[in-house]
Amino acid sequence: MASGFVIRKNEYYDSVFLMRIAKTLNEEPGVQQSAVVMATDANKKLLSDIGITASSVDQSGPNDLVVAVVSENPAVVEQVLATLDQRLQSFSKPTRPASYRSIDEAALSNTDTNLAVISVPGEFAAREARKALERGNHVFLFSNNVPLDEEIELKQIAQRRGLLVMGPDCGTGIINGIGIGFANIVRRGPVGVVGASGTGLQEFTSLVHQAGSGISHAIGTGSRDLLDAVGGITTLMGFDALESDPTTRVIAIISKPAQPETLQRLMERIQKSSKPVIACFLGLERHLAGYGPNFSQVQSIDEAVELALYHAAQKSKLVVREEADMERLAEREINAWAPQQRYLRGLFAGGTFCYQSQQVLRATGIPVYSNSPLDKRYHLENPDISLENSLIDLGDDIYTQGIPHPMIYAVQRRKRIAVEAADPEVAILLLDFILGYIASPDPAGDLLDAIQDAKETAAMRGANLTVVASICGTDKDPQDYDRQKKVLEQVGVHVFPSNTQAARFCAKLILAAQGARHGT
Amino acid sequence: MEPKTGELLTNPIVAINVGVQDFGEALEQQAVKVIYVDWAPPAGGDQEMIDLLDQLL
Repeated sequence: MASGFVIRKNEYYDSVFLMRIAKTLNEEPGVQQSAVVMATDANKKLLSDIGITASSVDQSGPNDLVVAVVSENPAVVEQVLATLDQRLQSFSKPTRPASYRSIDEAALSNTDTNLAVISVPGEFAAREARKALERGNHVFLFSNNVPLDEEIELKQIAQRRGLLVMGPDCGTGIINGIGIGFANIVRRGPVGVVGASGTGLQEFTSLVHQAGSGISHAIGTGSRDLLDAVGGITTLMGFDALESDPTTRVIAIISKPAQPETLQRLMERIQKSSKPVIACFLGLERHLAGYGPNFSQVQSIDEAVELALYHAAQKSKLVVREEADMERLAEREINAWAPQQRYLRGLFAGGTFCYQSQQVLRATGIPVYSNSPLDKRYHLENPDISLENSLIDLGDDIYTQGIPHPMIYAVQRRKRIAVEAADPEVAILLLDFILGYIASPDPAGDLLDAIQDAKETAAMRGANLTVVASICGTDKDPQDYDRQKKVLEQVGVHVFPSNTQAARFCAKLILAAQGARHGT
Repeated sequence: MEPKTGELLTNPIVAINVGVQDFGEALEQQAVKVIYVDWAPPAGGDQEMIDLLDQLL
């Protein structure tokens, strides 16, 4: 095996830009592995894992670009690295004349700013967020890997100043009709939502739009806001803001469960709400009762949408697939399975979808393993090796070290689809496709040939691989919802309007097949 | 201090984008005014040096 690398000192590029370059390198014939990274300590380890070690790499830092290529053919390595300048240039955007060197400089020259959108690497993020707050800006903090003590400090500073910190690790938000981060394009309307779950908010807002209603605001809080150490500062501030907002008629909360003290504080606040509140704490088994006539608890995002539409006095209804249609479909699929086919494998870009699917399956008595388990007893020791029914969150930190999130880069999911399809006990593949701003321009297209290959692999051994999917998005999103759905259906994927419905269909298939095996 | 979240929900967003350029561009597509910070790790990413700089400034 041959390998080579190039270091560019003091050339900083953001992670999405690097991903685009990495994608072109991976697509070059003969390239076995490649890395396009800034030389942070974590990335230097990644480089060493693919056999790239040198003192010049050790001496490089987070401001230095390293591009490495591994191939069986030394000529490929040489040739690919020689085209680096061309690649960098073809993806570079013209320098903006009004770019500033720092937040301080930007805020001093533009006194009308009110929101800082920060997506720098986690170790530097709190420093930038602090500066933005000091200049009186609210913060949308996309960066992950921000230390918890820094998150607490930021949120306390913000609270004292009456400012909102959405994040860290905040994927999405919609403020006043404007989508921030990974957001879907939805119409304005009476439904407000606050939540710690990025893809959960995307699904909720998209389904409300698809049903014909709309969103007033969707406030992301970051994944750790409801830990007792943070105390739900952003959730509570967001809730207050939605309650005071005249355009919001009903408030939904979508999140993983809060820790006990924070849950108590949040419930006390909800009890005083003058507007209807719907809480969907995914994975929470406890029934929350006695919090006043305005409060309802639901188990799924679909139910949250249905109830929100009801409270907002909207005549519109959640888009669902007909039950009779599902029965027919289930029967046809199961009849085509080979005798040893029995298990479900879910490969998710959206963490909430992985989590919610486990909840749906658990409710029907089907045990599910996961790298991000709802029930710790079903934690996958090795996330790369599925057991029985397994649902994998490919957006988990272990899969995104030095690699962009699966919502923009499908390489990990493509590989895993092939692995699962090679297992003769696998009957169902469950996938999610997420549309909207920043997401891949063609999420279905990214996986299409991998799905086709998987189905062919199964067919070659006389099996039928059932592929089930949900699309999170709207007709207004840049990826064209209808086209995404159509191309998936053309290769035999059963597409559902929501993750809840897709997971329920999978449960139906598994239970029906179990019943058939036991002669019931 | 009085929460300013109400202002955020009612006033037009004027954003400072720090980091991935696509985030700013998605806002611009929605007719939001975006001010870009051309960000790179401060002091070459040397944390001790960053702390020292922050104390001095």
